Amino acid sequence: MEKFIKLKSIPAHIPLMNIDTDMIIPKQFLKTIKRTGLGKSLFYEMRYDESGKLIEKFILNNDPYSKSKILLAGKNFGCGSSREHAPWALLDFGIRCVISPSFADIFYNNCFNNGILPIIIDDKSIQELSEYSKRKEEIEVDLNEQEILYGNKKLTFDIEPAKKKRLLEGLDNIGLSLKKIPNIEKFENSMNKTKPWI
Amino acid sequence: MSKTLYDKIWDDHLVHEDNDGTALLYVDRHLVHEVTSPQAFEGLRIQGRKVRKPKLTLAVPDHNVPTTDRSKGISDKQSKIQVDTLRNNCKEFGINLFDVNDKRQGIVHIIGPEQGFTQPGTVIVCGDSHTATHGAFGSLAFGIGTSEVEHVLATQTLIQKKSKNFRVNVNGSLPAGVTSKDVILKIIGTIGTAGGTGYVIEFAGEVIRNLSVEQRMTICNMTIEAGARAGLIAPDDKTIEYFKDRPMSPKGENWTKAVAHWKKLFSDSDAKFDKEVNIDAKDIEPLVTWGTSPQDVSPITGEVPDPEKEKDKDRRTAMYRSLEYMGLKPKMKISDIKVDKIFIGSCTNGRIEDLRLAAKLLKGKKIASDVSAMVVPGSGLVKKQAEEEGIDKVFKNAGFEWREPGCSMCLGMNEDQLSSKERCASTSNRNFEGRQGRGGRTHLVSPGMAVAAAIKGYLADVREIN
Repeated sequence: MEKFIKLKSIPAHIPLMNIDTDMIIPKQFLKTIKRTGLGKSLFYEMRYDESGKLIEKFILNNDPYSKSKILLAGKNFGCGSSREHAPWALLDFGIRCVISPSFADIFYNNCFNNGILPIIIDDKSIQELSEYSKRKEEIEVDLNEQEILYGNKKLTFDIEPAKKKRLLEGLDNIGLSLKKIPNIEKFENSMNKTKPWI
Repeated sequence: MSKTLYDKIWDDHLVHEDNDGTALLYVDRHLVHEVTSPQAFEGLRIQGRKVRKPKLTLAVPDHNVPTTDRSKGISDKQSKIQVDTLRNNCKEFGINLFDVNDKRQGIVHIIGPEQGFTQPGTVIVCGDSHTATHGAFGSLAFGIGTSEVEHVLATQTLIQKKSKNFRVNVNGSLPAGVTSKDVILKIIGTIGTAGGTGYVIEFAGEVIRNLSVEQRMTICNMTIEAGARAGLIAPDDKTIEYFKDRPMSPKGENWTKAVAHWKKLFSDSDAKFDKEVNIDAKDIEPLVTWGTSPQDVSPITGEVPDPEKEKDKDRRTAMYRSLEYMGLKPKMKISDIKVDKIFIGSCTNGRIEDLRLAAKLLKGKKIASDVSAMVVPGSGLVKKQAEEEGIDKVFKNAGFEWREPGCSMCLGMNEDQLSSKERCASTSNRNFEGRQGRGGRTHLVSPGMAVAAAIKGYLADVREIN
């Protein structure tokens, strides 16, 4: 997994609440057996009309936002299904940081398994960052310092230390958990005695 | 110290806990389907890793499978590749698979309990958000992403942070025509689509106790639509009775031991909940959704809301967007909304009791002439049972199509989809934009309400049928 340390980009703002995973990547693209290649289908129904032509007014169809690495969105981003195709599509498009007042639980966890940083900040701060989006000015996200730098201002955000460490170091969760095999074996041995039906 | 049911199951599965509360949780049961697993198996292969406990995993294709005649195989090329890939992965890694033509095949959340693979007190995961369904049996069950599927396959554990405890009490008794689908829609409408975020919700109260286990599954199934990690209902005698003699249920001495364990699975009377909401059953009417979020609910006797009356600006914007997408006007009567399609099925309402209830209302009647309707049983065994009871004939005589089991039009990954602007009364769980097909308009309803809509051709009150 690619490390996440610092990221600089003009953010793209989609000012909608409850952006669900069906919107992020509709079902017809879930038939893939790969993790890559979903970027062109990100936000498919907002991005393309029924004949497959780009919808010009959609923000990600316009420069410089078509190259945005940071997405600003309304609350409860990523609600709905558990499909990891949603973060895969964002990542494949080039988005490595999503900033929202709140995230749905499964989507939030999926981000950390894909080197994407989901940042939770209040509505007012999103509005402030949105101004930079409109002005087409870059903002910078510094994970180590837990800061978002814009113009000559900055704001800070919270993140669980363990999740921060994973992103900073690009750690493989499975590899880490496999180091705990002795604990798992001990648990299984005890379970075999107390709950033999499992 | 007193504990909630969630606390008890959590503590019972703790393999390791870091100082910051990051836990390694043991997974007793893992369900796998064709859509969210191929990349996980591929990951194992690349790293040269094995499946730690193949016997604790059960696989079934459900999302992508056609619901029409399957004897000639799957015609959609990509769907076929996914289903074939699942088959090959299960063979390579030694995992039990109910394949497309197995009579036990069905929606993953229906076959788990049906087989007794689901059990009280267990931790159950699946790469599907509706895994919450299994919480109806007192198991801690939740959806995970594909990277986590790979983690579970490799280690039989999952890295988790503990959620907070939330209890929803539904008190009193349900009025006529009101079912568990209306109860969960009412709960989501009350607490909102993110109202449960960060929590595990335990459903309690007289109404929940009086529901059958299948009706309870409908409630837990849609817990995710309120944003919660999982939904839970304490097991009781009905739960124990349900698991007796299921193919994968504990047998002999193990059954006795398991039942003794299951009886300890309840929240202590003085257990602390971080949040609690009370709902009075008499305030619940048969409900429908009018918008594109499951929280957009209205009684069937009500009107489409007026966004101008909404104070929150973001919410108002969302409401306007929903109404435009749904092709509805503020203040129009819900019962004036004309429907084109009816879908009865899904992991929310595709079980035998759902089909029985629908068939009872439908018997001797016909669907409206300009409506098309389909029933997709939740599993091959549900289908078989229904056919033995003559339920298929009731549906067919009324003008419904009687299909093969799968997820079908709930998410439209197969051919079962809405066309643009087509309007559907659906017993499924999500009314998101494009969910059942691009431009398709979904109204979530109970099976009884779906029948009422099928007969009248409009969203209609189930209490007026018969």
